[in-house]
Amino acid sequence: MNTITNVSRRSFLQGALSAGALVLSVRFVPEALWAADTPSGSRADQAALHPHVYVGVDTDGTVYIIAHRSEMGTTSRTSLPLVLAEELDADWSRVKVQQAMGDPRYGSQDTDGSHSIREFYEPMREAGATARLMLLRAAAQQWGVPEAECATDPHVVVHKTSGKKAGYGELATAAATFPVPKKNELKFKPQSAWRYVGKGQASYDLEDICTGKAKFGMDARVEDMVYASIEHPPVLGGKLKSFDEKGPLLVKGVRQTVVIDPFTPPHHFQPLGGIAVIADNTWSAMKGRQKLKAVWDDGPHAVYNSDQYKKELQKAARQPAKAARNQGDVDTAFAQGGKVIEAEYYVPHLAHASMEPPVALADYRDGKVTIWASTQNPQAVQEVVSEKLGVPKENVTCHVPLLGGGFGRKSKPDYAAEAAILSKKVGRPVKVVWSREDDIRFDYYHTVSAMYMKAALGTDGLPTAWLQRSVFPSIGSTFNVNGTAAGAGELQQGWTDLPFNIPNMRAENSGAAAHLRIGWLRSVANIYHCFAAQSFADECAHAAGRDSLEYLLALIGPSRIVDVKKSAPDYPNYGGSLETYPIDTARYRHVIEVVAEKSGWGNKNLGKGQGMGIAVHRSFLTYVATVVQVEVNDQGELRIPRVDTAVDAGLIVNPEATRNQFEGAAVFGTSLARFGEITATHGVVDQSNFDSYPVSRMNEAPYRTNVYIVESSAPPAGVGEPGVPPFAPALCNAIFAATGKRVRELPLSRAKLGA
Amino acid sequence: MVQLKVNGVQRSFDGEPDMPLLWYLRDVLALTGTKFGCGMALCGACTVHQNGKAIRSCITTMQRAAGSEIRTIEDIAVNGLHPVQKSWMEVNVPQCGYCQSGQIMQAISLLNEKQKPTDEDIDDGMSGNICRCGTYQRIRAAIKAAGGERA
Repeated sequence: MNTITNVSRRSFLQGALSAGALVLSVRFVPEALWAADTPSGSRADQAALHPHVYVGVDTDGTVYIIAHRSEMGTTSRTSLPLVLAEELDADWSRVKVQQAMGDPRYGSQDTDGSHSIREFYEPMREAGATARLMLLRAAAQQWGVPEAECATDPHVVVHKTSGKKAGYGELATAAATFPVPKKNELKFKPQSAWRYVGKGQASYDLEDICTGKAKFGMDARVEDMVYASIEHPPVLGGKLKSFDEKGPLLVKGVRQTVVIDPFTPPHHFQPLGGIAVIADNTWSAMKGRQKLKAVWDDGPHAVYNSDQYKKELQKAARQPAKAARNQGDVDTAFAQGGKVIEAEYYVPHLAHASMEPPVALADYRDGKVTIWASTQNPQAVQEVVSEKLGVPKENVTCHVPLLGGGFGRKSKPDYAAEAAILSKKVGRPVKVVWSREDDIRFDYYHTVSAMYMKAALGTDGLPTAWLQRSVFPSIGSTFNVNGTAAGAGELQQGWTDLPFNIPNMRAENSGAAAHLRIGWLRSVANIYHCFAAQSFADECAHAAGRDSLEYLLALIGPSRIVDVKKSAPDYPNYGGSLETYPIDTARYRHVIEVVAEKSGWGNKNLGKGQGMGIAVHRSFLTYVATVVQVEVNDQGELRIPRVDTAVDAGLIVNPEATRNQFEGAAVFGTSLARFGEITATHGVVDQSNFDSYPVSRMNEAPYRTNVYIVESSAPPAGVGEPGVPPFAPALCNAIFAATGKRVRELPLSRAKLGA
Repeated sequence: MVQLKVNGVQRSFDGEPDMPLLWYLRDVLALTGTKFGCGMALCGACTVHQNGKAIRSCITTMQRAAGSEIRTIEDIAVNGLHPVQKSWMEVNVPQCGYCQSGQIMQAISLLNEKQKPTDEDIDDGMSGNICRCGTYQRIRAAIKAAGGERA
């Protein structure tokens, strides 16, 4: 993937020259974020020593490290460069992080699936160690001493016996004359010598964020740009019949209207089509748009009514379906009796609702397009813009400012394609700004799902048979018009990977027709699968008359590696090998035991209306156990005074960022559990802003979330998403403990919890 | 013609008087630290100070801003960082950071009214500001730290 070549020994270009050339035409684009790449390459490329695409060392000692993944709040823009800085033995205060443009030479830039650290930890280490070894060799040659006598301190090479020192800056030019060392020559620091990795590092952008200087996609500006607000067809696949442009044109500041063609199915990342109002500022564009009087042909998806659809999903969930995992003989085991319990669960569509709505600025000139987009995937921006405009991908430049949240929505660059199409038609740079209403009404929604669960409990109260069935429209429908059946990637998420020690077990699934754009949202199918499985585990514990936590450990059973492929041959394990990332019940057990102790499970005198609930889940190769404490008063009002979460994500590069992610996941989980619901009537989404699609506010969020990181030398796994899935079942299990009311349908705002 | 002061500078605006202050700040003055989140005063991302008090610039028209003094996140660090900005950094509050300008402006306004706010004061003062990344417990800790309390 990332082959190491000595790509550049070019002389150092003066910073003022490379940055200045861009500043002339792009007045407000700050160097810190977007001038990282100039037409002649990145600042790292131009540095005196540049042994790898991710790093450059300049003669003044500045170390440029490329952040090639998008920063949406998970701190990958800091944590990955930190890994490189560690192995380079660089002084972090002399590191300049340079955000990469979309470019396949950096490897995958698709920042989702919680795999930035997992996939790029090793390449970053190698890049750092490569540069360090070349600097060390340059010093050894300069001093005429054996390489083995040289070592590094931050930003200097040291000759151990003589005490001679040379800074990285002064060695950079000489180091660049050495051949790039082979991988087997590299020496990595022992963990005991780490200065940064595992220590906790605040975001590189922290001060800029706190002073309002940080530049997000929403803040992109270039000279002569105009603004667009787009009226989309209210129903997916709808076509424009007519509209009135006189109204918009009467609004001061409005310049013109432009029709964007509807997509050809499947919708993929294509724009939805519609009418753009182009204006001198965002407000005029939005105001003009209100006067469009558009008339639409809604098309076939106008049949979509969520109330009816829910009934159909639930009905389908009661019917036998295709087995995605089959172990033992469930039917025979059920026929043998035992205490049989059944339950049905339901989770509605969800919207991402990142604080920054989708936004992109595009400048089309002479067959070339330059884009600044809040995107999780700049290479996908290049692809869709290339397709839509008929220009080669290499002629699409995509800058990646900070993202004001993403959660999976901003992996889909339909809005960037809109900006590019409009810029070409208007002949100027165009900034497309989605309103909050656009964001919530035209999302790539988290799917809607119904689950059916059945277990037979033996005399010890543990299941002899376990059947689980989920039904939902698949993400595949976004990429394939016939894509109704769930993919292995969805079924691995909390369904085929069930770690319970049950002899007879079957996981089934049925597809369903999609009537909205379905996409991935933070932790994806784990949300509903984990909700059903971990709620049902609690129901079984109650039916068996056993403590929930003790019962959960018994369900998981003894420490072992689950041979998942034997019963679920298609299990993809999040793209990780099962040798490196097995399903290890010892790690499930350990996070449960840690959270049990830390939360004071079983040792607390909880008052009336108070309760604790637990759930455990492995997702994105990370093990998480969560205990939620809840208070419910007679009016059914809910308070979450405390959450305890134990995390085993293997090696942790940045514990501070990890804690932040899991604290945030508890709030994200609260939002979806308490309020999250997108519905449609005649194909039109009913919700539109934070009044009809509420997310947790401070007074509704957990008061305190304690995060316990399990020390581990296992390979690094994900941290952005895995905190979300166990939260909702742990909360609902706590509500059951507090009130005796079992919540099987989300959101809780629909449940009656009062006395 | 609307006259107003923004970050100490006298300004005049001859555009549509119903334009929200937010878009004047962002699109006309290029003060992009103030963010757009909802356009309906539901999320607080656009919070600025008008005559020292937190307001939602997305629903404050230029007409209603006339004659007032507006202060944005860009003008809060005067002689070094504002104490609230410092405690925000010490507590490492932000994740994506998009809502944090608004959170900080709201917190400064809250602390101006009450130097040592209780949990209830903080809930009341801050619950109009949404953070989708979920940094609320750190916001609470940072406000307490800025108010002189050990969190």
